[in-house]
Amino acid sequence: MALKKVKGNFERMFDKNLTDLVRGIRNNKENEAKYISQCMEDIKQELRQDNLSVKSNAIAKLTYLQMLGYDISWAGFNIIEVMSSNKFTLKRIGYLAASQSFHCDSELLMLTTNMIRKELNSQNQYEAGLALTSLSCYISTDLARDLSNDILTLLSSTKPYIRKKAVLMMYKVFLKYPEALRPAFPRLKEKLEDPDPGVQSAAVNVVCELARKNPKNYLSLAPVFFKLMTTSTNNWMLIKIIKLFGALTPLEPRLGKKLIEPLTNLIHSTSAMSLLYECINTVIAVLISISSGMPNHAASIQLCVQKLRILIEDSDQNLKYLGLLAMSKILKTHPKSVQAHKDLILQCLEDKDESIRLRALDLLYGMVSKKNLMEIVKKLMVHMDKAEGTVYRDELLSKIILICSQNNYQFITNFEWYITVLVELAQMEFGSKQGHVIGAQLMDVCIRVQAIRAFAVTEMAQLLDIYTSTNQFTIMQEVLYAAAWLTGEFATELEQPEQTLRCMLKYKCLPQHIESVFIHNIIKLFAHVMEKYELAGRFDDILELCDAILAKMDDSIKSAELEVQERASTALIIINIVKEEILAKKNSKLMDTGEDPQPDELVASEILSLFSGELNPVAPKAQKKVPVPEGLDLDAWINEPIETTSDSDSEPENTENLFVKSDKYDYGSKSEKYQHEPTEDEIKKNREARKFEQQNNPHYLKGSLSSELNSSNGNENIENIPVAELNLNIPPLKILGQKRSDKYLKLQQKEKKPKKKSKKKKKHHKSESSSDDDNADTVPAVEVKQHMELPEGATLSDSESEQHKLDDPHRALDIDLDLPSIGDMLARKDGDEFETDKKEKKKLKKKDENVKDKKSDKHKSERRKKGKVENLLKLDLINDDEEVKIEQKTKKVKKDKKKSKDKDKEGKTKTKKSSSGYEEALGISTPTKENYPS
Amino acid sequence: MIKAILVFNNHGKPRLSKFYQYFPEDMQQQIIKETFQLVSKRDDNVCNFLEGGSLIGGSDYKLIYRHYATLYFVFCVDSSESELGILDLIQVFVETLDKCFENVCELDLIFHVDKVHFILNELVMGGMVLETNMNEILTRIEDQNKLEKQEAGISAAPARAVSAVKNMNIPQQIKDIKLPDLPQAIKDLKF
Repeated sequence: MALKKVKGNFERMFDKNLTDLVRGIRNNKENEAKYISQCMEDIKQELRQDNLSVKSNAIAKLTYLQMLGYDISWAGFNIIEVMSSNKFTLKRIGYLAASQSFHCDSELLMLTTNMIRKELNSQNQYEAGLALTSLSCYISTDLARDLSNDILTLLSSTKPYIRKKAVLMMYKVFLKYPEALRPAFPRLKEKLEDPDPGVQSAAVNVVCELARKNPKNYLSLAPVFFKLMTTSTNNWMLIKIIKLFGALTPLEPRLGKKLIEPLTNLIHSTSAMSLLYECINTVIAVLISISSGMPNHAASIQLCVQKLRILIEDSDQNLKYLGLLAMSKILKTHPKSVQAHKDLILQCLEDKDESIRLRALDLLYGMVSKKNLMEIVKKLMVHMDKAEGTVYRDELLSKIILICSQNNYQFITNFEWYITVLVELAQMEFGSKQGHVIGAQLMDVCIRVQAIRAFAVTEMAQLLDIYTSTNQFTIMQEVLYAAAWLTGEFATELEQPEQTLRCMLKYKCLPQHIESVFIHNIIKLFAHVMEKYELAGRFDDILELCDAILAKMDDSIKSAELEVQERASTALIIINIVKEEILAKKNSKLMDTGEDPQPDELVASEILSLFSGELNPVAPKAQKKVPVPEGLDLDAWINEPIETTSDSDSEPENTENLFVKSDKYDYGSKSEKYQHEPTEDEIKKNREARKFEQQNNPHYLKGSLSSELNSSNGNENIENIPVAELNLNIPPLKILGQKRSDKYLKLQQKEKKPKKKSKKKKKHHKSESSSDDDNADTVPAVEVKQHMELPEGATLSDSESEQHKLDDPHRALDIDLDLPSIGDMLARKDGDEFETDKKEKKKLKKKDENVKDKKSDKHKSERRKKGKVENLLKLDLINDDEEVKIEQKTKKVKKDKKKSKDKDKEGKTKTKKSSSGYEEALGISTPTKENYPS
Repeated sequence: MIKAILVFNNHGKPRLSKFYQYFPEDMQQQIIKETFQLVSKRDDNVCNFLEGGSLIGGSDYKLIYRHYATLYFVFCVDSSESELGILDLIQVFVETLDKCFENVCELDLIFHVDKVHFILNELVMGGMVLETNMNEILTRIEDQNKLEKQEAGISAAPARAVSAVKNMNIPQQIKDIKLPDLPQAIKDLKF
């Protein structure tokens, strides 16, 4: 037996250890996979042996292979074996492997509960720490439930190392087992004032994570945090606290007012950029939440913007990036302060760093005015030519469209220019989704701006011409969709409809939805052409056109796509009918030439009546807002399903999506979410808000206001709205592919100098001679329709955020902590037993809790609110006269623990040292020991 | 919260991967690959932040990285972390490695991934920052190393001797020598 053991040990020396494995892999680069599979065999062999150190060696190797992408879950049981070793060295290997490969759904975790519990209660703090660290990576609901009490006990361990880890661990427990939050919370709160800075920082960290998702439950902690913020020097912790305040202020404006002063002080005093930046961020959050009613509110904004300018001007790209990021937050509420730094932001657009350019693009949104829109867009177009990589291009495109279309095209003075820009964009290369964006934009502009239709339709006709005649596919197909639709819909505006019709007839291999639009609009266009010819009596031309269309439709009807087939056959039949009618008419005309055809007898007008009627823009959410009629139960079966055998069960699901792309909305089952029916008051309020908006909107013609308001959605009155006529005397443009949009820019620049005549130019001039800021009261150049169709009573602003939160694990943690439960009370008693040595500290806190205890014994929400308010009022007290008292008290406590206080100080200075100088870099030296893998 | 910490070299070879949220192994490799592609094409003089890849995170997540000589240290974090703070943390991590390995280089990370993990575990726990004070971290690591040494004692001496011999690069033949099986008679002996 002894001999065997000796032999086993001896053999073991020649086993490969981790170093050998790594070296082996590096030496077998050509057939790495083969070598590793060989090693796997060895490892399996080793795992079969009894010796734990052999096993641990194997597990260590497996952990390495896991990093290279090999699944090691099969060795789970062996990992647990190694974890259970008595030796720290082996245990460590086991726990590391577990933290890398286990996850919360592993069934093996059941086996670990008792082992981990034993480890948590170990005398050796590093063994307990090891277990905590590892557990944090794979804790499951079961483990959280079974171990939460053990971990809670560790919160009052005498060793700060354990306390620190246990505090962080509690957060993971809460996530998996929300019931633990209420009883554990008082303890957690105590840890905010732990003598050890590390524990304190961990507690702050956990509360911040909790409060980030459910801030309202943590408002009562504001005074504690406020004190920490004004006393602590640990930058890391300060950052967390300040971030937390940023989340709390929107809920309690008074807190924000209190914060402004200390935060501004920090901004002035701190040398750490990270802290400065977070302070600015929170000040911004505060200013957004209170927005007005602050005396030196403008001064704070000014300070922030100034500091941010310094950041943006810094040569460090990181600061530049963050500066721009924070600017974009200010932009939302205080656009004017940001606009002052337009030069800087435009400069950042030229930066070589893509991240910075993207951030600057975000800011552009607020930088544009009527005056500089053309210029900025031109710059962006130049970038578009230079830009590599579709991500940045796509971003540029969507930003161009965003800045132009914002606020109902508020800044566009010349829609011809905008259409030209869009047409140019359509001829560039983008990611697949972008064509759709441009197409949608073209249609939107034309539908909403009546005056531009003639110009746009000519442009579209040219696009179609280029597409069909040159055989080049540079025009995005999704744009063709828009082009076809627009030319068909607004055919009356076309100059040479027949030519366009013949262009459209030449289409070839298009995606089905575009092809069907082509077919449909060919008919529309044909109707217009025919009307003209019929009046002129050119029946032969009509017949000839009919034949051309019929020939094309004969092709399309063979399409594999159902939609195309159907459209084509409809078209075929219509055209055939027309042909017969026209033939008959022609014959009758040949017979008796005396009479003129009466207009009401026109065949064309009959077809035209198929397409008559104005289209209105529909609000994006309109479909969702259609209320489910009373008595309609979408979940009910229309016909009871036929009993089927199990193998045909999948069929119905497939057929559902056969014809229509499946839309994930299941209206029936979610009906309660959007059933929100506005009350009379709400409707009234909305109406008033709309009225106010309309009055302030320069594009809204005020004369029509009263009549607009009489109808519920105003759409019926569109014909009555006077449309400002554009007197355009620009010759039609024929050449595509050039930078034609520049022309408009030059035109605009020219206009600035001489005071010229022309009706339109005068208008232009007015808006330009006045300064940037009075965009608001310029004469509307073009009327833009703003109404969108919505179901009665629905408003655009109805929130839908609830839906998105459903799968968030933090939802379960939304627990009002001011309400004590029985468990809470028990836990508090427990706490007293454990913390007899900290009684002095408790005294300090008692006051705080007394207020809450009294209030919360009665489970009334009103009372709770009061409690919160009082806590907040305390905040004022702390800041004013009680601050001194409390500080004295804390000093007393600290005297009793001189040692810990000294440590405390040491820690603080060190952390300060390590976190303040973020710039200094101590790089890894270039390796010289061995050659590199390449 | 920190979602993942990745260390890889200039060629995208992983040197350390720590995910604080579960991903299956093949997904982990894809994430590493994607992250490498995002990070490696950036110049050294551009900013150290970029929006997270499609695989990991989404809009709330950011990649914050530093590039040292041949290695990229990438942290994937959500908006509750301070960007500059995480840059500091990476610095603390690297400085700690430098102290523990005495002039750390890529090779140290290659051959001692386990140790690097142990060091990282003293900085970050379950995705939350545990300690940022370097001296505190170093004491904890030393304490644990001492613990290991005590356990090793004499029993580990032969193993250490063998590994020393191995490092001398003995020809493969010697390693392949199989010890003869013990005679059946000896095995059957009962004590």
